[in-house]
Amino acid sequence: MKLRSALISGCTLAALSVSVGMIAGWARPVDAPASVKGTVKFDGPAPKPSKIDMSQDPLCAKAHPTPATTEDIVVGTGGALENVVVYVSDGLTAHDFQPPEQPAVLEQKGCQYKPHVLALEAHQKLDVVNSDETTHNIHPSPNNNREWNMTQPHGTPLEQTFAREEVAIPVKCNVHPWMKGYIAVFKHPYFSVTGTNGSFELKDLPPGTYTITAWQEKLGTQTQKVTVGASETKTVDFTFKQ
Amino acid sequence: MRIKLNRTGAAVMLVFLPVLLMWSANGAAQESRVGKLSGNAKRGKALYVRYCIFCHGPNGDGQGESAPYLDPKPRDFTKALFKCRSTPSGTLPVDSDLYDTISRGVHASGMPSWAPLLRQERVDLVAYIKTFSSAFEEEKPGAPVEIPAEPTTTAESVQRGSELFQSMNCWSCHGKDGRGHGPSAATLTDSKGYPITPFDFTSGSRFKCGESDRDMFRDLVTGLDGTPMPSFAAAMNADQRWDVVHYIRSLSAHKTHARLKIEPIGK
Repeated sequence: MKLRSALISGCTLAALSVSVGMIAGWARPVDAPASVKGTVKFDGPAPKPSKIDMSQDPLCAKAHPTPATTEDIVVGTGGALENVVVYVSDGLTAHDFQPPEQPAVLEQKGCQYKPHVLALEAHQKLDVVNSDETTHNIHPSPNNNREWNMTQPHGTPLEQTFAREEVAIPVKCNVHPWMKGYIAVFKHPYFSVTGTNGSFELKDLPPGTYTITAWQEKLGTQTQKVTVGASETKTVDFTFKQ
Repeated sequence: MRIKLNRTGAAVMLVFLPVLLMWSANGAAQESRVGKLSGNAKRGKALYVRYCIFCHGPNGDGQGESAPYLDPKPRDFTKALFKCRSTPSGTLPVDSDLYDTISRGVHASGMPSWAPLLRQERVDLVAYIKTFSSAFEEEKPGAPVEIPAEPTTTAESVQRGSELFQSMNCWSCHGKDGRGHGPSAATLTDSKGYPITPFDFTSGSRFKCGESDRDMFRDLVTGLDGTPMPSFAAAMNADQRWDVVHYIRSLSAHKTHARLKIEPIGK
């Protein structure tokens, strides 16, 4: 009798703690969400991108009437730095975010990766698309995820996921050695990749104090702390130098 | 006899039951099963220290004393990344894959065949090798790929395979003539950053993951993880893979070697 009551109370406790955990995990949407936005800039004269020689595969070369250029440091007007991943690296209290149903898309076009830097959530579907006439192999080299390496001819569907957070996984095509890209994987939805104007915005944040990190493939990482209140928007800018 | 448990006893049980379950789950990861044989990591460790430690190192990270002198480098077991698998790219191997590699050895590397060891000993080694990475506790191996019956080699199948060798860009690494001198060959590295050479198909048929046509077919499906050799699981159907196997065979005059027979266990 005593054993049964102890078991029942134990089970109730366990069920309660599980449900509390689930509620704590449902972090989206947030009441009175805060946001952090800003711009990433490059200080100094913009490095000149080098031309890529694609002559070993005529199907790649013919996609570029003027030669394609490297994308490791892309500086736009006013020093705007493109392809920088900006994300919350510390300060989140909730965990176990459900990944969005919308897949992230990585396209191989003109024998280059579009986008050059892609960010997605752990367990979010990644659709790999080959829009080129040639055959690619897509080969991420992760440290914290399983490595895979798949050949993809034109038009063949390919779907993958990454299980764990990692900033950022280098992606290459062994067939076309100039092809390089990065995939950043997060266990939360608070990340952004800067576009041509170098700007980013981290939306729907719960109020709190956060460490914001900016990652660039060649220029490294920078961090800043920021505290945002309910419905507040704060600006955080980053400047990278070579 | 009736076991009496008071409230405290039951509470203690409730707390320790998950711990007990976790412990037994860990215990399962330190075992291996190949055919009818079960391996034991503790016994495997003694064998590892005796035979494997010089190259693969005490921590299983491939940094043994002989490692600086070897090319290709000894496998780093802490990454749980294996070339020779029957499972899809990006998944863990099944126990028999590791057993087969230990038994077969890896041609053109420092890894010899360990067929002279007892089968039980090789299965014990598999159990110990799996303890170097937590991946074997966290994930399950992939489902082994299916290998359908091989059609007969014909002039047409070799011709179709030759066309696929071009359209699938195999030539980029392996070269238009299959000699391993394709335009991308010089740029290739393994996942540790060490230079790696594409296979020269005219040199014979002693492939790293087995010599038979079925082994070649399987390599085309799984790819060799940790190397630039990708999986063609999504890229080709079974008939096309057999065509490529037939074409690659046609590049080599040496079709047969004195093969070391490795008897499968319990099959």
